[in-house]
Amino acid sequence: MSNEWPLWEVFIRGQHGLSHRHVGSLHASDAEHAIRNARDVYTRRKEGISIWVVPASSIAASSPDEKGALYDPADDKVYRHPTFFDIPDDVGAM
Amino acid sequence: MYAQMIKSEATQDDPEKVAAFQARIDAGDKIEPKDWMPEGYRKTLIRQIGQHAHSEIVGQLPEGNWITRAPTLERKAILLAKVQDEAGHGLYLYCAAETLGVSRDELTEMLLDGRMKYSSIFAYPTLTWADMGAVGWLVDGAAIMNQVPLQRTSYGPYARAMVRICKEESFHQRQGFDVMMKMANGTAAQKRMAQDALNRLWYPSLMMFGPSDSDSVHSEQSMAWKIKMNGNDELRQKFVDQTVPQAEYLGLTIPDENLKWNDAKGGYDFSQPDWSEFFDVLKGNGPCSVERIEARQKAWDDGAWVREARMAHAAKKRAQKIAAE
Repeated sequence: MSNEWPLWEVFIRGQHGLSHRHVGSLHASDAEHAIRNARDVYTRRKEGISIWVVPASSIAASSPDEKGALYDPADDKVYRHPTFFDIPDDVGAM
Repeated sequence: MYAQMIKSEATQDDPEKVAAFQARIDAGDKIEPKDWMPEGYRKTLIRQIGQHAHSEIVGQLPEGNWITRAPTLERKAILLAKVQDEAGHGLYLYCAAETLGVSRDELTEMLLDGRMKYSSIFAYPTLTWADMGAVGWLVDGAAIMNQVPLQRTSYGPYARAMVRICKEESFHQRQGFDVMMKMANGTAAQKRMAQDALNRLWYPSLMMFGPSDSDSVHSEQSMAWKIKMNGNDELRQKFVDQTVPQAEYLGLTIPDENLKWNDAKGGYDFSQPDWSEFFDVLKGNGPCSVERIEARQKAWDDGAWVREARMAHAAKKRAQKIAAE
Protein backbone atom coordinates (compact mmCIF):
# COMPACT_ATOMS: atom_id res chain seq x y z
CA MET A 1 0.00 0.00 0.00
CA SER A 2 2.83 2.36 0.87
CA ASN A 3 4.27 1.85 -2.60
CA GLU A 4 1.28 3.47 -4.31
CA TRP A 5 2.17 6.09 -6.88
CA PRO A 6 1.80 9.47 -5.20
CA LEU A 7 -1.21 11.69 -5.83
CA TRP A 8 -0.85 14.79 -8.04
CA GLU A 9 -3.26 17.68 -8.45
CA VAL A 10 -3.77 18.73 -12.06
CA PHE A 11 -4.25 22.30 -13.31
CA ILE A 12 -5.09 23.11 -16.93
CA ARG A 13 -4.93 26.37 -18.83
CA GLY A 14 -7.99 26.27 -21.05
CA GLN A 15 -6.90 28.87 -23.55
CA HIS A 16 -4.45 31.70 -24.00
CA GLY A 17 -4.94 34.44 -21.48
CA LEU A 18 -6.76 32.35 -18.87
CA SER A 19 -5.39 31.09 -15.56
CA HIS A 20 -4.62 27.47 -14.95
CA ARG A 21 -7.58 25.90 -13.23
CA HIS A 22 -7.78 22.86 -10.98
CA VAL A 23 -9.46 19.99 -12.85
CA GLY A 24 -8.80 16.96 -10.68
CA SER A 25 -6.08 14.61 -9.52
CA LEU A 26 -4.29 11.45 -10.55
CA HIS A 27 -1.56 9.04 -9.48
CA ALA A 28 1.88 9.00 -11.09
CA SER A 29 5.41 8.02 -10.14
CA ASP A 30 7.01 11.39 -10.96
CA ALA A 31 6.21 14.79 -12.46
CA GLU A 32 6.89 13.81 -16.06
CA HIS A 33 4.66 10.75 -15.70
CA ALA A 34 1.97 12.90 -14.07
CA ILE A 35 1.94 15.29 -17.04
CA ARG A 36 1.63 12.40 -19.50
CA ASN A 37 -1.22 10.90 -17.51
CA ALA A 38 -2.90 14.28 -17.15
CA ARG A 39 -2.78 14.64 -20.91
CA ASP A 40 -4.64 11.33 -21.30
CA VAL A 41 -7.09 11.77 -18.44
CA TYR A 42 -7.96 15.47 -18.63
CA THR A 43 -7.34 16.74 -22.18
CA ARG A 44 -8.86 14.17 -24.54
CA ARG A 45 -11.12 16.83 -26.05
CA LYS A 46 -8.78 19.79 -26.45
CA GLU A 47 -9.60 21.08 -22.97
CA GLY A 48 -6.27 22.81 -22.60
CA ILE A 49 -3.04 24.21 -23.93
CA SER A 50 -0.90 23.89 -20.81
CA ILE A 51 -0.75 21.50 -17.86
CA TRP A 52 0.57 22.01 -14.33
CA VAL A 53 0.95 19.12 -11.93
CA VAL A 54 1.65 19.57 -8.22
CA PRO A 55 2.23 16.82 -5.62
CA ALA A 56 -0.97 16.80 -3.57
CA SER A 57 1.16 16.59 -0.43
CA SER A 58 2.71 19.98 -1.28
CA ILE A 59 -0.56 21.86 -1.15
CA ALA A 60 -1.36 23.75 2.02
CA ALA A 61 -5.04 24.56 2.47
CA SER A 62 -7.06 26.75 4.80
CA SER A 63 -9.23 24.87 7.24
CA PRO A 64 -13.03 24.97 6.96
CA ASP A 65 -13.10 25.91 10.68
CA GLU A 66 -11.34 29.18 9.90
CA LYS A 67 -14.04 30.26 7.50
CA GLY A 68 -15.49 32.87 9.84
CA ALA A 69 -12.17 34.36 10.89
CA LEU A 70 -10.93 34.57 7.32
CA TYR A 71 -13.93 35.77 5.37
CA ASP A 72 -16.37 37.46 7.73
CA PRO A 73 -14.31 40.68 8.04
CA ALA A 74 -15.17 41.42 4.40
CA ASP A 75 -18.91 41.37 5.16
CA ASP A 76 -19.12 44.99 6.39
CA LYS A 77 -16.82 46.49 3.79
CA VAL A 78 -19.22 46.78 0.89
CA TYR A 79 -17.57 50.11 0.00
CA ARG A 80 -14.82 48.04 -1.62
CA HIS A 81 -17.23 47.52 -4.51
CA PRO A 82 -17.69 50.34 -7.03
CA THR A 83 -21.49 49.98 -6.93
CA PHE A 84 -21.44 51.31 -3.31
CA PHE A 85 -21.03 54.84 -4.65
CA ASP A 86 -23.88 56.65 -6.36
CA ILE A 87 -22.54 58.81 -9.17
CA PRO A 88 -25.16 61.14 -10.73
CA ASP A 89 -26.08 60.35 -14.33
CA ASP A 90 -25.02 63.89 -15.30
CA VAL A 91 -21.40 62.99 -14.57
CA GLY A 92 -21.42 60.40 -17.36
CA ALA A 93 -19.60 57.07 -17.47
CA MET A 94 -17.15 56.46 -14.65
CA MET B 1 -27.52 1.92 -11.78
CA TYR B 2 -23.73 1.91 -11.87
CA ALA B 3 -24.05 1.88 -8.09
CA GLN B 4 -26.79 -0.56 -7.13
CA MET B 5 -28.21 -1.54 -3.76
CA ILE B 6 -25.96 0.78 -1.80
CA LYS B 7 -26.86 0.41 1.85
CA SER B 8 -26.64 3.64 3.77
CA GLU B 9 -24.40 3.13 6.76
CA ALA B 10 -25.61 3.88 10.25
CA THR B 11 -24.24 6.99 11.86
CA GLN B 12 -23.24 7.19 15.53
CA ASP B 13 -22.03 10.74 15.62
CA ASP B 14 -22.89 13.65 17.86
CA PRO B 15 -26.59 14.34 17.06
CA GLU B 16 -26.02 18.10 17.19
CA LYS B 17 -23.27 17.93 14.58
CA VAL B 18 -25.37 15.60 12.46
CA ALA B 19 -28.28 18.06 12.57
CA ALA B 20 -26.00 20.94 11.57
CA PHE B 21 -24.63 18.83 8.73
CA GLN B 22 -28.12 17.98 7.51
CA ALA B 23 -29.04 21.67 7.65
CA ARG B 24 -26.09 22.46 5.37
CA ILE B 25 -27.25 19.85 2.88
CA ASP B 26 -30.85 21.06 3.04
CA ALA B 27 -29.59 24.58 2.32
CA GLY B 28 -27.90 23.29 -0.83
CA ASP B 29 -24.31 23.57 0.48
CA LYS B 30 -21.67 21.33 -1.07
CA ILE B 31 -19.70 19.17 1.33
CA GLU B 32 -15.95 19.25 0.67
CA PRO B 33 -13.30 16.69 1.70
CA LYS B 34 -12.02 18.60 4.75
CA ASP B 35 -15.49 19.44 6.10
CA TRP B 36 -16.89 17.52 9.03
CA MET B 37 -19.25 14.73 7.89
CA PRO B 38 -21.02 11.86 9.66
CA GLU B 39 -19.17 8.54 9.45
CA GLY B 40 -22.21 7.01 7.75
CA TYR B 41 -22.16 9.62 5.00
CA ARG B 42 -18.46 9.01 4.41
CA LYS B 43 -18.73 5.22 4.34
CA THR B 44 -21.84 5.17 2.16
CA LEU B 45 -20.18 7.48 -0.33
CA ILE B 46 -16.99 5.43 -0.46
CA ARG B 47 -19.10 2.39 -1.30
CA GLN B 48 -21.26 4.23 -3.82
CA ILE B 49 -18.48 6.12 -5.64
CA GLY B 50 -16.22 3.06 -5.48
CA GLN B 51 -18.88 0.86 -7.07
CA HIS B 52 -19.52 3.51 -9.68
CA ALA B 53 -15.77 3.66 -10.48
CA HIS B 54 -15.48 -0.14 -10.64
CA SER B 55 -18.44 -0.21 -13.05
CA GLU B 56 -16.68 2.20 -15.41
CA ILE B 57 -13.52 0.09 -15.35
CA VAL B 58 -15.19 -3.32 -15.64
CA GLY B 59 -17.52 -1.77 -18.22
CA GLN B 60 -14.56 -1.46 -20.56
CA LEU B 61 -14.37 -5.23 -20.89
CA PRO B 62 -17.59 -6.05 -22.79
CA GLU B 63 -16.81 -3.31 -25.31
CA GLY B 64 -13.08 -3.92 -25.45
CA ASN B 65 -14.16 -7.35 -26.66
CA TRP B 66 -15.11 -5.83 -30.04
CA ILE B 67 -12.34 -3.29 -30.66
CA THR B 68 -10.28 -5.66 -32.80
CA ARG B 69 -13.36 -6.80 -34.72
CA ALA B 70 -15.07 -3.48 -35.42
CA PRO B 71 -16.48 -3.50 -38.97
CA THR B 72 -14.61 -0.41 -40.21
CA LEU B 73 -11.53 1.55 -39.21
CA GLU B 74 -13.72 4.52 -38.27
CA ARG B 75 -15.95 2.41 -36.01
CA LYS B 76 -12.83 0.97 -34.44
CA ALA B 77 -11.36 4.41 -33.70
CA ILE B 78 -14.70 5.57 -32.23
CA LEU B 79 -15.06 2.49 -30.04
CA LEU B 80 -11.48 2.86 -28.86
CA ALA B 81 -12.17 6.49 -27.90
CA LYS B 82 -15.31 5.47 -26.05
CA VAL B 83 -13.56 2.72 -24.09
CA GLN B 84 -10.77 5.17 -23.26
CA ASP B 85 -13.43 7.57 -21.94
CA GLU B 86 -14.73 4.82 -19.63
CA ALA B 87 -11.21 4.44 -18.22
CA GLY B 88 -11.16 8.20 -17.68
CA HIS B 89 -14.54 8.10 -15.91
CA GLY B 90 -13.23 5.38 -13.62
CA LEU B 91 -10.21 7.53 -12.78
CA TYR B 92 -12.26 10.67 -12.03
CA LEU B 93 -14.42 8.62 -9.69
CA TYR B 94 -11.57 6.78 -7.95
CA CYS B 95 -10.01 10.18 -7.17
CA ALA B 96 -13.33 11.43 -5.79
CA ALA B 97 -13.56 8.34 -3.55
CA GLU B 98 -9.98 8.80 -2.40
CA THR B 99 -10.79 12.25 -1.01
CA LEU B 100 -12.91 10.37 1.57
CA GLY B 101 -9.89 8.58 2.99
CA VAL B 102 -9.67 5.30 1.10
CA SER B 103 -6.64 4.46 -1.06
CA ARG B 104 -6.71 3.45 -4.72
CA ASP B 105 -5.09 0.11 -3.91
CA GLU B 106 -7.68 -0.62 -1.23
CA LEU B 107 -10.49 0.11 -3.67
CA THR B 108 -8.97 -2.23 -6.26
CA GLU B 109 -8.45 -4.96 -3.69
CA MET B 110 -12.05 -4.66 -2.51
CA LEU B 111 -13.28 -5.15 -6.08
CA LEU B 112 -11.02 -8.16 -6.61
CA ASP B 113 -11.94 -9.94 -3.37
CA GLY B 114 -15.66 -9.25 -3.81
CA ARG B 115 -16.18 -6.80 -0.95
CA MET B 116 -17.18 -4.18 -3.50
CA LYS B 117 -19.44 -4.74 -6.50
CA TYR B 118 -19.77 -3.38 -9.99
CA SER B 119 -22.97 -2.87 -11.96
CA SER B 120 -24.92 -6.02 -12.82
CA ILE B 121 -25.12 -5.02 -16.49
CA PHE B 122 -21.45 -5.74 -17.13
CA ALA B 123 -21.80 -9.34 -16.09
CA TYR B 124 -23.58 -9.95 -19.41
CA PRO B 125 -21.74 -10.91 -22.61
CA THR B 126 -21.50 -8.88 -25.83
CA LEU B 127 -22.09 -11.52 -28.47
CA THR B 128 -22.32 -9.57 -31.73
CA TRP B 129 -21.35 -6.18 -33.16
CA ALA B 130 -24.96 -5.06 -32.69
CA ASP B 131 -24.36 -5.32 -28.94
CA MET B 132 -21.97 -2.36 -29.27
CA GLY B 133 -24.92 -0.38 -30.55
CA ALA B 134 -27.31 -1.64 -27.89
CA VAL B 135 -24.83 -1.06 -25.05
CA GLY B 136 -24.25 2.55 -26.08
CA TRP B 137 -27.91 3.21 -26.72
CA LEU B 138 -29.45 1.40 -23.74
CA VAL B 139 -26.75 1.03 -21.09
CA ASP B 140 -25.22 4.47 -21.51
CA GLY B 141 -28.72 5.87 -21.95
CA ALA B 142 -29.77 4.36 -18.62
CA ALA B 143 -26.58 5.59 -16.96
CA ILE B 144 -27.21 9.15 -18.16
CA MET B 145 -30.67 9.09 -16.50
CA ASN B 146 -28.96 8.64 -13.17
CA GLN B 147 -25.81 10.64 -13.73
CA VAL B 148 -27.40 13.89 -14.85
CA PRO B 149 -29.15 14.48 -11.49
CA LEU B 150 -26.02 13.33 -9.64
CA GLN B 151 -24.26 16.44 -10.93
CA ARG B 152 -26.19 18.16 -8.11
CA THR B 153 -25.20 15.66 -5.43
CA SER B 154 -24.11 17.08 -2.07
CA TYR B 155 -20.51 15.84 -2.13
CA GLY B 156 -18.40 18.34 -4.10
CA PRO B 157 -15.75 16.04 -5.62
CA TYR B 158 -18.43 13.53 -6.69
CA ALA B 159 -20.60 16.25 -8.24
CA ARG B 160 -17.63 17.65 -10.17
CA ALA B 161 -16.66 14.20 -11.45
CA MET B 162 -20.25 13.73 -12.64
CA VAL B 163 -20.17 17.02 -14.54
CA ARG B 164 -17.14 15.85 -16.52
CA ILE B 165 -18.65 12.42 -17.07
CA CYS B 166 -22.01 13.71 -18.29
CA LYS B 167 -20.31 15.90 -20.88
CA GLU B 168 -18.67 12.83 -22.38
CA GLU B 169 -21.48 10.32 -21.88
CA SER B 170 -23.75 11.86 -24.45
CA PHE B 171 -21.27 10.97 -27.19
CA HIS B 172 -21.42 7.37 -25.99
CA GLN B 173 -25.17 7.10 -26.26
CA ARG B 174 -25.35 8.77 -29.64
CA GLN B 175 -22.61 6.59 -31.13
CA GLY B 176 -24.54 3.55 -29.87
CA PHE B 177 -27.74 4.73 -31.49
CA ASP B 178 -25.80 5.44 -34.68
CA VAL B 179 -24.61 1.82 -34.76
CA MET B 180 -28.20 0.66 -34.16
CA MET B 181 -29.54 2.83 -37.01
CA LYS B 182 -26.98 1.37 -39.38
CA MET B 183 -27.82 -2.18 -38.37
CA ALA B 184 -31.59 -1.65 -38.30
CA ASN B 185 -31.52 -0.17 -41.80
CA GLY B 186 -29.10 -2.77 -43.15
CA THR B 187 -29.69 -6.24 -44.55
CA ALA B 188 -32.32 -8.56 -43.05
CA ALA B 189 -29.56 -10.40 -41.21
CA GLN B 190 -28.19 -7.15 -39.75
CA LYS B 191 -31.66 -6.09 -38.62
CA ARG B 192 -32.10 -9.49 -36.95
CA MET B 193 -28.83 -8.94 -35.09
CA ALA B 194 -30.02 -5.53 -33.91
CA GLN B 195 -33.31 -7.01 -32.69
CA ASP B 196 -31.48 -9.86 -30.98
CA ALA B 197 -29.21 -7.40 -29.16
CA LEU B 198 -32.25 -5.44 -27.96
CA ASN B 199 -33.94 -8.67 -26.86
CA ARG B 200 -30.98 -9.73 -24.75
CA LEU B 201 -30.06 -6.34 -23.26
CA TRP B 202 -33.50 -4.84 -22.57
CA TYR B 203 -34.21 -6.45 -19.20
CA PRO B 204 -30.61 -6.25 -17.93
CA SER B 205 -30.81 -2.52 -18.77
CA LEU B 206 -34.01 -2.15 -16.72
CA MET B 207 -32.24 -3.91 -13.84
CA MET B 208 -29.58 -1.22 -13.80
CA PHE B 209 -31.92 1.07 -11.88
CA GLY B 210 -32.12 -1.42 -9.01
CA PRO B 211 -35.18 -3.02 -7.39
CA SER B 212 -38.38 -1.15 -6.73
CA ASP B 213 -38.15 1.61 -4.14
CA SER B 214 -40.82 -0.11 -2.08
CA ASP B 215 -38.27 -2.91 -1.50
CA SER B 216 -35.42 -0.59 -0.68
CA VAL B 217 -34.99 0.44 2.94
CA HIS B 218 -31.86 2.49 2.28
CA SER B 219 -33.14 5.03 -0.19
CA GLU B 220 -34.52 7.41 2.39
CA GLN B 221 -31.27 8.22 4.18
CA SER B 222 -29.32 8.52 0.92
CA MET B 223 -31.98 10.83 -0.47
CA ALA B 224 -31.82 13.02 2.65
CA TRP B 225 -28.05 13.21 2.21
CA LYS B 226 -28.56 14.05 -1.48
CA ILE B 227 -26.30 11.27 -2.65
CA LYS B 228 -29.29 9.57 -4.28
CA MET B 229 -31.36 12.07 -6.19
CA ASN B 230 -34.27 10.05 -7.61
CA GLY B 231 -36.18 6.89 -6.86
CA ASN B 232 -35.34 3.72 -8.81
CA ASP B 233 -38.87 3.31 -10.19
CA GLU B 234 -39.05 6.94 -11.23
CA LEU B 235 -35.84 6.73 -13.27
CA ARG B 236 -36.79 3.36 -14.78
CA GLN B 237 -40.11 4.80 -15.94
CA LYS B 238 -38.34 7.79 -17.43
CA PHE B 239 -35.93 5.49 -19.26
CA VAL B 240 -38.72 3.37 -20.72
CA ASP B 241 -40.72 6.41 -21.81
CA GLN B 242 -37.67 7.82 -23.54
CA THR B 243 -36.50 4.59 -25.15
CA VAL B 244 -39.73 3.15 -26.58
CA PRO B 245 -40.15 5.85 -29.26
CA GLN B 246 -36.47 5.44 -30.18
CA ALA B 247 -36.99 1.71 -30.69
CA GLU B 248 -40.01 2.51 -32.85
CA TYR B 249 -37.88 4.85 -34.91
CA LEU B 250 -35.41 2.01 -35.44
CA GLY B 251 -38.24 -0.33 -36.41
CA LEU B 252 -37.32 -2.68 -33.57
CA THR B 253 -39.66 -4.29 -31.06
CA ILE B 254 -39.19 -4.00 -27.29
CA PRO B 255 -39.36 -7.60 -26.03
CA ASP B 256 -42.31 -7.02 -23.73
CA GLU B 257 -45.87 -8.13 -24.52
CA ASN B 258 -47.22 -5.98 -21.70
CA LEU B 259 -45.70 -2.78 -22.99
CA LYS B 260 -48.55 -0.35 -23.46
CA TRP B 261 -49.07 3.40 -23.33
CA ASN B 262 -51.03 4.40 -20.24
CA ASP B 263 -52.80 7.68 -20.85
CA ALA B 264 -53.78 8.13 -17.22
CA LYS B 265 -50.22 8.11 -15.91
CA GLY B 266 -48.74 9.65 -19.04
CA GLY B 267 -46.19 6.87 -19.41
CA TYR B 268 -45.81 3.27 -20.53
CA ASP B 269 -46.85 0.23 -18.54
CA PHE B 270 -44.14 -2.40 -18.82
CA SER B 271 -42.99 -5.72 -17.37
CA GLN B 272 -40.46 -5.83 -14.55
CA PRO B 273 -37.24 -7.74 -15.13
CA ASP B 274 -36.68 -11.02 -13.32
CA TRP B 275 -35.43 -9.73 -9.96
CA SER B 276 -34.20 -13.12 -8.82
CA GLU B 277 -31.81 -13.05 -11.78
CA PHE B 278 -30.64 -9.60 -10.69
CA PHE B 279 -29.86 -10.71 -7.15
CA ASP B 280 -28.10 -13.76 -8.50
CA VAL B 281 -25.91 -11.62 -10.78
CA LEU B 282 -25.06 -9.28 -7.87
CA LYS B 283 -23.91 -12.33 -5.90
CA GLY B 284 -21.39 -12.98 -8.66
CA ASN B 285 -23.35 -15.56 -10.66
CA GLY B 286 -23.83 -13.57 -13.86
CA PRO B 287 -22.90 -15.18 -17.20
CA CYS B 288 -19.55 -13.33 -17.28
CA SER B 289 -19.00 -12.56 -13.57
CA VAL B 290 -16.04 -14.89 -13.16
CA GLU B 291 -14.45 -13.83 -16.44
CA ARG B 292 -14.72 -10.12 -15.55
CA ILE B 293 -12.99 -10.41 -12.19
CA GLU B 294 -10.39 -12.75 -13.67
CA ALA B 295 -9.59 -10.10 -16.28
CA ARG B 296 -9.25 -7.41 -13.60
CA GLN B 297 -7.13 -9.70 -11.42
CA LYS B 298 -4.84 -10.47 -14.37
CA ALA B 299 -4.43 -6.78 -15.17
CA TRP B 300 -3.63 -6.09 -11.51
CA ASP B 301 -1.07 -8.92 -11.30
CA ASP B 302 0.52 -8.31 -14.69
CA GLY B 303 0.81 -4.60 -13.94
CA ALA B 304 2.54 -5.10 -10.57
CA TRP B 305 6.06 -4.94 -12.03
CA VAL B 306 5.21 -1.76 -13.93
CA ARG B 307 3.95 -0.07 -10.77
CA GLU B 308 7.09 -1.11 -8.90
CA ALA B 309 9.51 -0.26 -11.71
CA ARG B 310 8.01 3.21 -12.07
CA MET B 311 8.57 3.94 -8.39
CA ALA B 312 12.11 2.52 -8.50
CA HIS B 313 12.91 4.65 -11.55
CA ALA B 314 11.53 7.79 -9.88
CA ALA B 315 13.61 7.09 -6.75
CA LYS B 316 16.75 6.57 -8.86
CA LYS B 317 16.21 9.81 -10.74
CA ARG B 318 15.69 11.70 -7.48
CA ALA B 319 18.95 10.28 -6.11
CA GLN B 320 20.83 11.21 -9.30
CA LYS B 321 19.51 14.74 -9.14
CA ILE B 322 20.60 15.14 -5.53
CA ALA B 323 24.05 13.72 -6.36
CA ALA B 324 24.44 16.18 -9.24
CA GLU B 325 23.60 19.21 -7.11
